[in-house]
Amino acid sequence: MMDPIENIQGKVETISSGKRMLEIKNIKKAFGNKHVLNGFNLELYEGENVVIMGKSGSGKSVMIKCLVGLMQPDSGSIKIMDKDIATLNQKDLDDLRTEIGFLFQGSALYDSMTVRENLEFPLRRHKHKFGDVVDTNQLVEEALENVGLLHTIELMPAELSGGMQRRVALARALILRPKIILYDEPTSGLDPITAKEIVDLMRRVQRLYQTSSIIITHDIDCARVVSERIVLLVDGVDYARGTFEELAASDDGKIQAFFK
Amino acid sequence: MIRSNKIGSFFIEIGELTYFTRRFFKELFSRPFEFKELLRQCYSIGNRSLMLVCVTGFIIGLVITLQTRPTLEEFGAESWMPSMVSISIIREIGPVIIALTFAGRIASGIGAELGSMRVTEQIDAMEVSGTNPFKFLVVTRILAATLMLPLLVILGDAIALYGSYIIENIKGDVSFQLYFNKVFKALKFSDIIPATIKTYFFGFAIGLVGCFKGFYCDKGTVGVGLAANSAVVFSSMLLFIIDFIAVFVTDIFMKFK
Repeated sequence: MMDPIENIQGKVETISSGKRMLEIKNIKKAFGNKHVLNGFNLELYEGENVVIMGKSGSGKSVMIKCLVGLMQPDSGSIKIMDKDIATLNQKDLDDLRTEIGFLFQGSALYDSMTVRENLEFPLRRHKHKFGDVVDTNQLVEEALENVGLLHTIELMPAELSGGMQRRVALARALILRPKIILYDEPTSGLDPITAKEIVDLMRRVQRLYQTSSIIITHDIDCARVVSERIVLLVDGVDYARGTFEELAASDDGKIQAFFK
Repeated sequence: MIRSNKIGSFFIEIGELTYFTRRFFKELFSRPFEFKELLRQCYSIGNRSLMLVCVTGFIIGLVITLQTRPTLEEFGAESWMPSMVSISIIREIGPVIIALTFAGRIASGIGAELGSMRVTEQIDAMEVSGTNPFKFLVVTRILAATLMLPLLVILGDAIALYGSYIIENIKGDVSFQLYFNKVFKALKFSDIIPATIKTYFFGFAIGLVGCFKGFYCDKGTVGVGLAANSAVVFSSMLLFIIDFIAVFVTDIFMKFK
């Protein structure tokens, strides 16, 4: 069997024939007079990594929060695995959320709980996903082992470094074996070496868990390494899309601003 | 203009608090129930306030007796001390002062805890993981505050009466048995029951305001400080309003009796 990491080049060709995991159509969102999203569109296919880049305050985090139902768009539609999230009741939305892992910008670990309790938390209500007989300890230990932090299992989040917190947060996002992972600035606030470790880990978990990912980042190195497709969010719309090389070669000043 | 904005935002906040209260009752009776977290919060909230309540209660008892004794001595009415002190502590001073110290400790704690969870996206993370954060964080804390405050007030009242007995014993050579015989002779169920019932409302108000301020906290770390601070101010103010209503309603019932 071919290693998925080694097959990245081939993935771009499989995108169009792959299963569509997520579709955003013409979403708009405004806060008072400030129009943050003005008709943004996006598709994500099975096994694909899409990077979204945009200036600070351009609405990237708002868009990603709309995806998981933390915010409601003013108009437009969001379909995740062919389910329109606006039409789902709370239970169905919670069930759908088990298919989506979310790595928050600041890790968002529950600081009153140990690493083990942090990872057990999503399993409290969704253990049934793994069948009747499930060993919670085994799932937690496996997820931590996959991010190389099994030894921190009884520590509190405050005892971990920023990079370790990010890795534990990734393990928590993966514990329910989601099909899609959303990364909100996964390398922000980290030194270049730790940021590279996180990027390597993102690629590793994608290979292990066979996930599709949306990555919001300002980190051009991260975008170059992990992306199969990049979407540029400018003035609330999907201004440009393409591979890293295609966009980097563009003559458009607005696109070039991201790659300088 | 500024004044009308302030009045407007005050009424908006009252409206939001009403909606928040309605949501609490709706979530309270819907499954799944978070029993384990409720017990953890009961222990945490009760335990955190225990020492404070004991010290406060003891000092209330000492101070009231020391302040009142000289006046009663002037009229030769020292023998009324146990009944007078017990009625004032059980009916009013104990519940209100202990609730105020509880508000200072718990409302600010809840406001700051939930506020920091909000600004560090922990509440969002909970929601994304398919757990209802309102149920897990808010319902359990409000319920724990509602259940714990009456117990703490009963304990605080008992310690306050013991403090009062110590002064009476030192100054008036009154025995433990005589003092507490007089206390229980003076107290009626009509003193104890309304005072205990109102402490449930005090606990509810403290938990509610603390959770409301923290859950809707914004503006980063500054917002966390503001949430903690305004939770104490708002809940303390609410305590006096509830106390007035409770005394007023009790008075109406006493007239019918």
